[in-house]
Amino acid sequence: MREFSFARAASPAQAASLAASSSTRFIAGGTNLLDLMKLQVETPTRLVDINRLPLDRIEDTPDGGLRIGALVRNSDLAADSRVRQHYGVLSRALLSGASAQLRNKATTAGNLLQRTRCVYFYDITMPCNKRTPGSGCAALQGINRMHAIVGASDQCIAVHPSDMAVAMRVLDATVEAMDATGRNRAIPIAEFHRLPGQTPQIESTLKQGEIITAVVLPPPPPGVQVYRKVRDRASYAFALVSVGAVVDVADGRIRSARFAFGGIAPKPWRVPQAEALLHGVAPTNASFDAAGQAALAGARGYGGNDFKIALARRTLHAVLTQATRT
Amino acid sequence: MDDISESYLRITRRGLLEAGTAAVGLVGFAPEVLAAAKDSASAERMAVTLEVNGTSHQLNLDPRTTLLDALREHLALTGPKKGCDHGQCGACTVLLDGRRINSCLTLAVLHDGQPITTIEGLAKDHHPHPLQTAFVEHDGFQCGYCTSGQICSAVGMLAESRAGMPSVVTEDLAQPQPALTEAEIRERMSGNICRCSAYPNIVAAIKQVAGTPV
Repeated sequence: MREFSFARAASPAQAASLAASSSTRFIAGGTNLLDLMKLQVETPTRLVDINRLPLDRIEDTPDGGLRIGALVRNSDLAADSRVRQHYGVLSRALLSGASAQLRNKATTAGNLLQRTRCVYFYDITMPCNKRTPGSGCAALQGINRMHAIVGASDQCIAVHPSDMAVAMRVLDATVEAMDATGRNRAIPIAEFHRLPGQTPQIESTLKQGEIITAVVLPPPPPGVQVYRKVRDRASYAFALVSVGAVVDVADGRIRSARFAFGGIAPKPWRVPQAEALLHGVAPTNASFDAAGQAALAGARGYGGNDFKIALARRTLHAVLTQATRT
Repeated sequence: MDDISESYLRITRRGLLEAGTAAVGLVGFAPEVLAAAKDSASAERMAVTLEVNGTSHQLNLDPRTTLLDALREHLALTGPKKGCDHGQCGACTVLLDGRRINSCLTLAVLHDGQPITTIEGLAKDHHPHPLQTAFVEHDGFQCGYCTSGQICSAVGMLAESRAGMPSVVTEDLAQPQPALTEAEIRERMSGNICRCSAYPNIVAAIKQVAGTPV
């Protein structure tokens, strides 16, 4: 690990002011950052400890939603009775990620900002445009079984590894960020993560010198909530494909359906046009297949991950079947 | 020979530090280089108080020191083991404020004043913790390297279960007190890897202490 100076933040605005430099990192749970620092993928010159900031509460919002503090640990969020009862897709997504030890440390904001687990990003002897812009992408011609089938570019085909973010996306969460002047900004989760394009090193729309203070959930949507994760092991593994969904059925028709994929894209992947195909129709194999075709239209494999296109369709089909079973 | 001396010149103090304690890496360095490296290693230390197993320890640490290294190298508590050093194996599991964490993936300076329990702190009045006894009775290990992490993890897991925390295999998340079935135990212990694959006996030991019907 490279040397760094260490500072403790006394307020969110002060933390933001300390993070004006691009070589500064906030440290909360540290489970991803320290992993990367040990490998010198991350080499910050300063760490700002934000663990003592009062951002660790889950509060009811006036409109019936929840405001989740940036420092709420993944395990506490998953176990919160309001989340378990009204946002099951979020609880289950959190519980399907990492291990209990990591979830006890990992935070809400840190989970959103975690880096890809692309093996070439992790290996500093290999080219990687995300780690070293302009060096190339070893995954394009390499072992790319875990990589993206949608949303990638010729510069980067890494996926965002979060389960939690997939549930946040399907729930239409909003990320709240504060700058050094104390000004707050609300970023819809759909706009929070960026696609790689020609700048895969820029992963979110959060600005340098901003700190996430909370993630806000709107009131719970009507319908059945499902999260399903397909992976190489039964537990403690990143997703090959995951699907989070909220489906509302009444009188034999789908009143509303929303779903997002994890493990297949550089950000939680949601396709409104595919969801729209399900509105007002009967929950049948044919309608699920049509939604799956539309959701994965334009998907492409890179050799090792070709299987994910069919796997994503089938996982969506299974999730929609489960959510509409009466 | 020119190439060799040039590469020696390009080695930085940092590079030397990162070479760790491998003595062979030090051959050929002038004494002043070694002294400089020593200075650098002792620079910018931070005062931290670690409350471990009920005892307070004042330490002056390089902020890079992980909690695991602080426990093992500075406090000689070698119960927590360094397996992967990347949070993947669970051998370093300790309890922070009663909650299980990977001590390799956190810095000691982040835990000033917080109560930490290692495997060494589980026995009370010379009586082993019930999980320690159960691991012996059920032969819950072979080589033993993962065992202290397994036991600390199980202590944390049972506390989580008593607090009503669900897991991903819990069928009804709304149920306030999910039963600790064998499937639940296996899922909840998945952050602890056993290279000897003593899992059936580890599960049996935990079941005994949890009161799960065998």
